[in-house]
Amino acid sequence: MNLTPRLFKTYARQNLGNAGLRKAYRFATSHALLKRQEVIREVPEWEELRNQAHRIKKETIDHLDAYLELLEEKVITNGGKVFWASDGREASDYILRLAKQFQVKTIVKSKSMTTEEMGLAPVLERANIEVVETDLGEYIVQLSREMPSHITAPALHKTRDEVGRLFADRLGIPYTNVPEELCAAARKVLREKFLVAEMGISGVNFAVAETGTIVVVENEGNARLSTGMPRVHVAVMGLEKVIPRFTDLPVFLKLLPMSSTGQKQTSYVSMISAPRRPGELDGPEEFHLVILDNGRSKILADPRMRESLYCIRCGACLNICPVYQRVGGHTYGSVYSGPIGSVLTPLYQGLEEAKELPYASSLCGACSDICPVKIDIHHLLLWLRKQVVDEERAPWQQGLLMKVFLLGMKDDFIYRAGSRLLRAARAMTGKRAKPLRVPGWTETRDFPNLAEKTFKQIWKELEKEDSN
Amino acid sequence: MRVSLFIPCLVDQFFPQVGVSLVRILRKLGISVDYPMEQTCCGQPAFNTGYHEETLELAQRFLMVFNRGTDYIVCPSGSCTSMVKVFYPEIVQDPSLHAALESVRMRTFEFSDFLVNVLGVVDLGVRFPFKLTYHDACHLLRELRIKEPPRQLIRHVRDAEFVEMEHSDSCCGFGGTFSVKFPEISTAMCEDKISTIVKTGAEYLVANDSSCLMQIAGSLSRMGLPIKTIHLAELLGGNLTS
Repeated sequence: MNLTPRLFKTYARQNLGNAGLRKAYRFATSHALLKRQEVIREVPEWEELRNQAHRIKKETIDHLDAYLELLEEKVITNGGKVFWASDGREASDYILRLAKQFQVKTIVKSKSMTTEEMGLAPVLERANIEVVETDLGEYIVQLSREMPSHITAPALHKTRDEVGRLFADRLGIPYTNVPEELCAAARKVLREKFLVAEMGISGVNFAVAETGTIVVVENEGNARLSTGMPRVHVAVMGLEKVIPRFTDLPVFLKLLPMSSTGQKQTSYVSMISAPRRPGELDGPEEFHLVILDNGRSKILADPRMRESLYCIRCGACLNICPVYQRVGGHTYGSVYSGPIGSVLTPLYQGLEEAKELPYASSLCGACSDICPVKIDIHHLLLWLRKQVVDEERAPWQQGLLMKVFLLGMKDDFIYRAGSRLLRAARAMTGKRAKPLRVPGWTETRDFPNLAEKTFKQIWKELEKEDSN
Repeated sequence: MRVSLFIPCLVDQFFPQVGVSLVRILRKLGISVDYPMEQTCCGQPAFNTGYHEETLELAQRFLMVFNRGTDYIVCPSGSCTSMVKVFYPEIVQDPSLHAALESVRMRTFEFSDFLVNVLGVVDLGVRFPFKLTYHDACHLLRELRIKEPPRQLIRHVRDAEFVEMEHSDSCCGFGGTFSVKFPEISTAMCEDKISTIVKTGAEYLVANDSSCLMQIAGSLSRMGLPIKTIHLAELLGGNLTS
């Protein structure tokens, strides 16, 4: 299913009307937030961790070229290979060439939003290579041919009944909605795939420049198997995932799981520095690191939007966002949803395609408050709105409305004349007592009456009161 | 002490009694109140929609109107106050306006913050014999970090029973142009807000921003619920005599 951010409004309307979907989102997001809150209560230094993470990310992004070069150098020294991809197409083509070179028939993939962003799976599948998502959530959305609906919980929108029906249909097992049984069914299929796959593809949560180590966090053990069992391991990272030093890692290994799932630690943390070395019993023969740009270096040039590159993809801003909670991830029409998605998608895909997204926020600021690396998300949305207007991509009606608004506001004579005129007009048409009809407002809510007298008019009386 | 009133355009047009109450409160506290008649709008609607050029015109105008000799500028809206205090520096870059900008910013206060943190007043001696709950307006809470002052003022109201609602800090769904660009989402947010208000059993919902109150009152009346909305200034100034 191909979704586009252009249709945000349409999807929002559809999804708001879907009671089951809204219930699933409400349940999942409030559960995640509650767990996060509980675990953070035990971490008195939480705010200090956030500040520290922000400082590390700032330092990294400000010197990104140097850290990326160091990372490349170290990976190569360790025996790995590095491929720089300017866009998703280039990255996917490189992986396809590798797959052909090693005569790969089956690929096991662990969770990676970057590969989703690249559109990798369809490229490989068109070449008749079987691609199997091994993260349970990703496996579910692969079977249902959907996009992930959440950065860290791809099948968040699905109830267990729906997963039960999906598995019965696609895996041919008897229907069950018992999570343990569904897990066991997926596990049975996936185990076989791990054994035969010639290539494993993973994402990267952090890449340590000084050691050339990539770090992958997960809970299911599937990333460990995907990166360790097949002959070839390809790790894919957005170029912002680098961090300078090994000692920078602990702060992120705390912040990420606590923010996303409310865990103190994920079940598995894999640190991979090299392919199998002589004398080692296991591990892949080849290790390739694909470093993806896909619009990111353009963001670097904009000092204000640069902060968006600090994102560690925890998904907390999605969980807390009152808009995301109600319309769900697919409404954003893009791999990255929620508040951070509304920042990233226009930056990655271009403003024209995604110009609705910066406006899809009440600017309540809950996202910025929850962000573990302190990205000022809602203010970035404001700056994107300015870009939409500056680049003349806003609807003309809105521009006209602003001109009228400015006309009435920049001269208090016009302002006062206007408010008198409005009242006189309403009195004349006999509508004085009736509520105003305001397009976009009164379809769903009531609008207040104009006050009989404005404060400006009343002030004249108040002034007299004072002098009496 | 002399205070200039900064009355948001929304209050001027739809909720003037909020301004009137504010005047009564300040006068009761012995403050001389002044209202610059030329004021219109701080420019927030344009700013939040991305029209910075238009905003700049209104910001410059605002600075001219309010750059007068009063000690403070007091506003009954967290949202409009944050426009001046937080966002004007983003808009007004002209060095020749820097002094005026800083003077206006430093003197501008949201009214509950002004009462509690500038004047040190928490008890206005008013009586309001109802059960009430308080909604944290987003800009008041997250741009200005004002959480306790309104609660302190409410707790000192005689005969009022104050109950906190669940998620008092979650957005009512107004969001300025958001409310008309995405009315269905905006209203869905408001309906959920209202369900947490209903759970408290409160007769009145109190907030410090007329825009949130307009949104919540609009949904309450459409849903046919009897809960009333009231601005904190009205609650505190309502039964005062000037």
